[in-house]
Amino acid sequence: MKVTRRIILGCALTLGFGAALSTFVSGTALAWEPKKPVEFVIMAGQGGGADKMARLMQTLIEKNGWASKPLTPINKPGGSGAEALVHLQGKADSDPDHTIMVTLNSFYTTPLRQPGLGIDIATFTPIARMAEDTFLLWVNKDSGIGNMEEFAAAAKAAGKDWVMAGTGKLQEDQLLTDFLNASYGLEMKYVPYKGGGKVAKQLAGNHANSTVNNPSEQEGFFKAGTVVPLAAFTPTRLPLFPDAPTFRELGKDFVYFMQRSVVGAPGMSDDAAAYYQGLFAKVFASPEWQKYRTKKSLQGDLLQGQALKDYWLNEREIHRQMLEKMGAL
Amino acid sequence: MEIIQHLLDGFLIALTPLNLAVVIVGVVVGLFIGAMPGLGSVNGVAILLPMTFLVPPTSAIIFLAALYYGAMYGGAISSIMLGIPGASTAVATTFDGRPMALKGEADKALVGAALASFFGGTLSILLFTGFAPPLASIALDFGDAEIFALMLLAFATFVGLSGDDIPKTIFSICIGLVFSAVGLDIMSGEPRLVFFDVIGFMHGINFLVLAIGIYGIGEMLWTIEITRGESAMSKAVFSLRGILAHLKELLGTWKVATIGSLLGFFVGILPAAGATPGSLMAYGVAKLTSKNPASFGKGEVAGVVAPEAANNAASTGAMLPMLTLGIPGSPTTAILLGGMVIWGMVPGPTLFVDETEFVWGLIASLYVANFFAVLINIFFIPVFLWMLKMPFTVLAPVIFVLSLVGGFAPTQSMHDVWLMLAFGIGGYLMRKLDYPLAPAVLAIVLGPIAEPALRQSLLISNGDFTVFVTRPIAGPITVIALILLFLPLLKLIRDKVKNKKASGSA
Repeated sequence: MKVTRRIILGCALTLGFGAALSTFVSGTALAWEPKKPVEFVIMAGQGGGADKMARLMQTLIEKNGWASKPLTPINKPGGSGAEALVHLQGKADSDPDHTIMVTLNSFYTTPLRQPGLGIDIATFTPIARMAEDTFLLWVNKDSGIGNMEEFAAAAKAAGKDWVMAGTGKLQEDQLLTDFLNASYGLEMKYVPYKGGGKVAKQLAGNHANSTVNNPSEQEGFFKAGTVVPLAAFTPTRLPLFPDAPTFRELGKDFVYFMQRSVVGAPGMSDDAAAYYQGLFAKVFASPEWQKYRTKKSLQGDLLQGQALKDYWLNEREIHRQMLEKMGAL
Repeated sequence: MEIIQHLLDGFLIALTPLNLAVVIVGVVVGLFIGAMPGLGSVNGVAILLPMTFLVPPTSAIIFLAALYYGAMYGGAISSIMLGIPGASTAVATTFDGRPMALKGEADKALVGAALASFFGGTLSILLFTGFAPPLASIALDFGDAEIFALMLLAFATFVGLSGDDIPKTIFSICIGLVFSAVGLDIMSGEPRLVFFDVIGFMHGINFLVLAIGIYGIGEMLWTIEITRGESAMSKAVFSLRGILAHLKELLGTWKVATIGSLLGFFVGILPAAGATPGSLMAYGVAKLTSKNPASFGKGEVAGVVAPEAANNAASTGAMLPMLTLGIPGSPTTAILLGGMVIWGMVPGPTLFVDETEFVWGLIASLYVANFFAVLINIFFIPVFLWMLKMPFTVLAPVIFVLSLVGGFAPTQSMHDVWLMLAFGIGGYLMRKLDYPLAPAVLAIVLGPIAEPALRQSLLISNGDFTVFVTRPIAGPITVIALILLFLPLLKLIRDKVKNKKASGSA
């Protein structure tokens, strides 16, 4: 008995050790690591929301030593992200494993509006959705408007002289303005600006009547009491703005988010994709990132792989319909 | 009184050994980044932001602010020594700095640039310290119509007072405006002037590409042609006596420096404008108020002092809306703002109350940074002068390589390098045909600010052009701009009438 037990134990130990050894060996053999600095394309200009977020992620990775090769951020804001998309697509044949990109909703709208670019986002490699940014409707405190009813009345009375400032043309902010115009019977005039910061300034300086900025863009003026949020484009109220009802509560079934995701070049190898997915899962789980999410009122869980691709295709369809309704396609 | 107390507390923070060390390192790093063609404070701050996590937030922002400052000083160096704008903000410094170096007055230009930077920086920090909150509200009052009026004024200072051929100046401005229109049109959301469907045109033409092309490559070609390779070396020597002699002459430029500083500071405060338009406007105004406008562009020290005072003043000015409103006044402050968010602060109107130590530590450190920047800069002048002693056959390849690096660095795309070479050849030809180049550079800087502001104002006013004259701030600015624009026309008519009389009586 004793002998057999020992043999069994011995076998088990050898087996276990062998298994451990083999995983160790195969682990080192298979784990993909970048062979040179990784190009970290930012689909927006320096200083904007996407840029700040990208630099935070880069900082976290560098600070914690999570990557053997550094990420080098490059801003490619040209053509509402068209330049960045074409750049990534161009890497498909040359070197798909060392280029990743921080992306937002222009990931859907730009290829839809510029079919000539020949971009199909279904071919891009999903890495991670790091957050979804939220939208609220804001007015200046001087307007005296405190809720949606008063807003609708005031905007209706002003007609085409009501100025809604927003970021970019035929992008997120204009889609939301269009929704408000359609569901409240308004004729607000949409005036595009180059970034959320400029839009916030227009409202704070009373040059515009309302905005649909992200909380991070409007936060400073909100804390100072210059601007007031009226309603949120989220499914439930935002913890930072408990007094702003959602449009769902107000009887308009409308929810809209801005994705903050990381995408890889088309044709990226599975091993490289797994490496980047692991890397950004670490960033997502870090206390710094979670703190940033709370502070900036970000939502949206981590999405990776096929789930992220499904999410993209679904969102693309939603944006196609919205743009079609606006006659922009 | 309260301000003085805060400032003293700030100095206690800024003068701790760590912060003092951080200021000195920041200034030196900034000086060299600024002196590298193509790399400016934006690149420096963006590249080094992730490194600042080793120190507490206050030290981190002090480091980046010192770097920002150092880069403003450094930008002048390659503008003067090589004729390549070291940073976008130093474009105007090339206009007269380079001719001065060619005349053998490089030391005077460098000392002038350093002292003007110090003067502009210090004056604007004093203004900042005393009047930050009320000035912040001015920034908010500037809507689209006001911004456009201001840009019109900037153009007017160049057209109206240019001693150059007016039609050629206007042609040069138009060329610059066309190039500035390339890329995405934000009002329609459509790409514009994407020549031959080359994707690189989608991001528009970075004006540094134009500036380095014209002043780096174009100037090099020009120099080679006129000297046939046997360039007269610059004979500038550096001596204490020389500096003292220059000081006397430089004291005479205090008026230009003051105007430049004030202008730079106020333009810097305005979101979207930043230091480059500020320094260009200061140059224009210096020329306008000068008794001898014809000497500008040919090596006039006031033409170096004005933009250098202005760009340092503007970099302080740009921090004002960043700290008081959470709105960046320049691309560099936009990145600093991103840093503040990462450090866990909420930029915005409440920052002065919530983060007293941070804000006043930063303000006090600006005084310290300025002091060290001017010292370090003057200390390095002999090194820079040594560069000029190289024969042009050695210097030309250096300029060529630095220009290529400068064209590539900001966007890291070869497209920009080819474009820069094309601009270099174009600039050389324009120069041969005696077209002024500065207005083209001005136009490509101001165009992207002026055009959307014009269209946004008109969209809001339903196409009514009177907004530019009826609004309380925009009105006076527009009127002054129009007067400056039509001044040469009146002159022309007056001269014609005079000539007629003269010929009539003859």
